[in-house]
Amino acid sequence: MDDVTTLPDRTEKKLGLVIDLDICVGCHACVVNCKEWNTGGYGAPLSDVDPYGDDPSGAWLNRIHTFEVTPEDAPAQIVHFPKSCLHCEDAPCVTVCPTGASYKRRDDGIVLVAEDLCIGCGLCAWACPYGAREMDPVEKVMKKCTLCVDRIYNENLQEEDRVPACVRTCPANARHFGDFADPDSDVSRMTRDRGGIDLMPEMATKPVNKYLPPREKTNPNAPTPSRGGEYESADGFLGWLDRMLEKL
Amino acid sequence: MHPAVSVIIFTVTSGAGFGLIMVLGAGLPVPGDGRPLLLSGLAIALAAAGLVSSTFHLGHPERAWRAFSQWRSSWLSREGCLAVASLAVFCLYAAYWIGSGERVALLGWLAAILSLATVYATAMIYAQLKTVPDWYTRWTPACYIAFSLASGFMVLAAFAGDGEASAFARLASGSVLVAWAIKMQWWKRQDSDTMEASGSSVATATGLGGIGDVRLLERPHSGENYLTREMVHKVARKHARKLRRMALIVGAAIPFLFCLTVIWTTLPNALLGLAFLSLMAGLFIERWLFFAEARHSVSLYY
Repeated sequence: MDDVTTLPDRTEKKLGLVIDLDICVGCHACVVNCKEWNTGGYGAPLSDVDPYGDDPSGAWLNRIHTFEVTPEDAPAQIVHFPKSCLHCEDAPCVTVCPTGASYKRRDDGIVLVAEDLCIGCGLCAWACPYGAREMDPVEKVMKKCTLCVDRIYNENLQEEDRVPACVRTCPANARHFGDFADPDSDVSRMTRDRGGIDLMPEMATKPVNKYLPPREKTNPNAPTPSRGGEYESADGFLGWLDRMLEKL
Repeated sequence: MHPAVSVIIFTVTSGAGFGLIMVLGAGLPVPGDGRPLLLSGLAIALAAAGLVSSTFHLGHPERAWRAFSQWRSSWLSREGCLAVASLAVFCLYAAYWIGSGERVALLGWLAAILSLATVYATAMIYAQLKTVPDWYTRWTPACYIAFSLASGFMVLAAFAGDGEASAFARLASGSVLVAWAIKMQWWKRQDSDTMEASGSSVATATGLGGIGDVRLLERPHSGENYLTREMVHKVARKHARKLRRMALIVGAAIPFLFCLTVIWTTLPNALLGLAFLSLMAGLFIERWLFFAEARHSVSLYY
């Protein structure tokens, strides 16, 4: 058996995602398209338990959390926060795997699970700081983001479709796919320009995926337009309508 | 963390089994008139029962054999390999002992060292996880090894005959006290908020700490999921204090008092058997807390 759970010293490419927290509107389209693509793609279907019942639950490879951030001197802001596998360079989920089912590819750095080798012990999910791995409730094997490995190299698809499903579907263009090993790629440039960050750098996992923090508000203390209560009188047709309705 | 019963049984009983192999293999005098078959059989049974139990929480137990392959990088794989190796060596040792009445020191020590390494590897499955700062400490393997040895000594004492019970009880009670002292240190560290000390917070988890105070507004889905069930287990912490006290009474105070009773009075040695059972019960509570109280970094997202 190959010593596959040892991480490669370096990978040829570093494929991954840039997620723009300034743009994400929290619509969950990426979550849904991820589930849709991956339930029919790589490995076993992504199953659900009790999907129409009282306590639905299932395996998802991408989930969106919503946070509220309150600066000291400005009103609170909402940040939608998509989270999926970060395809870490020093992926702890790979080295803990006892069977060699969990591995990182030397050529493009994608972290995958060979499902026919997985014993479903769950230790890789415990080793991941980010909660990127979920046990399939029916197949009892570990599921995780494959970076849509069955799309990105798929020559049966149109070229514009050869990106992960979440990237392809994002209506706000908050998700970008590319090679971080190439300093001139879009994702590398965006990360440089916008100060892309690692999640939990103290875990020393060296995530490949980067998050672009929300841009600074240009005028955070601008008064919010008043709603309801007093309103100013209107001119023209609306003013005439206003006066007429008053008289009724 | 989710306290899976199979894993609690596994760590406690196989810990006791390998602890017994350690004390037997190291050549400690055996109580009664030998009883090599009974004692070595018990050691093997405890260790093996624990290992079999550990496969019950697997999604695919039929593939468990594959776990012997990645010993170069995985503590879980190492644990499996070492467990089988120490059981194999100890079976040889026990067979020769039962057959000829002679204890081969070399084989015994080899089995003892392999067992020690097995228990260390079991503990390292948890102690390696940076994601669970409560576990990520040298004190974790120290606890596992100390409890394993204490269980081993206690089994020996439980089989002691008249005249020797006092000596075995002294050894057992001493090891029980040392083990719980180490565990108290582990709890003290846990109470110091290891998550904060590890530097992880919702601010680093989201990377938004630079902007201001970060708090979760909405979970991804309204229901529970694998992550929240497995790693964001909160019920246990409510009763943690009471359960710790229970673990100390059942696992430390009662076995210790029973040992003292046997040392100082003429009450029957059977008390030492009860002391062993009480220690095991205390360790089940301790191990349940070990999992249930531990916080995983993914809880910062929930």
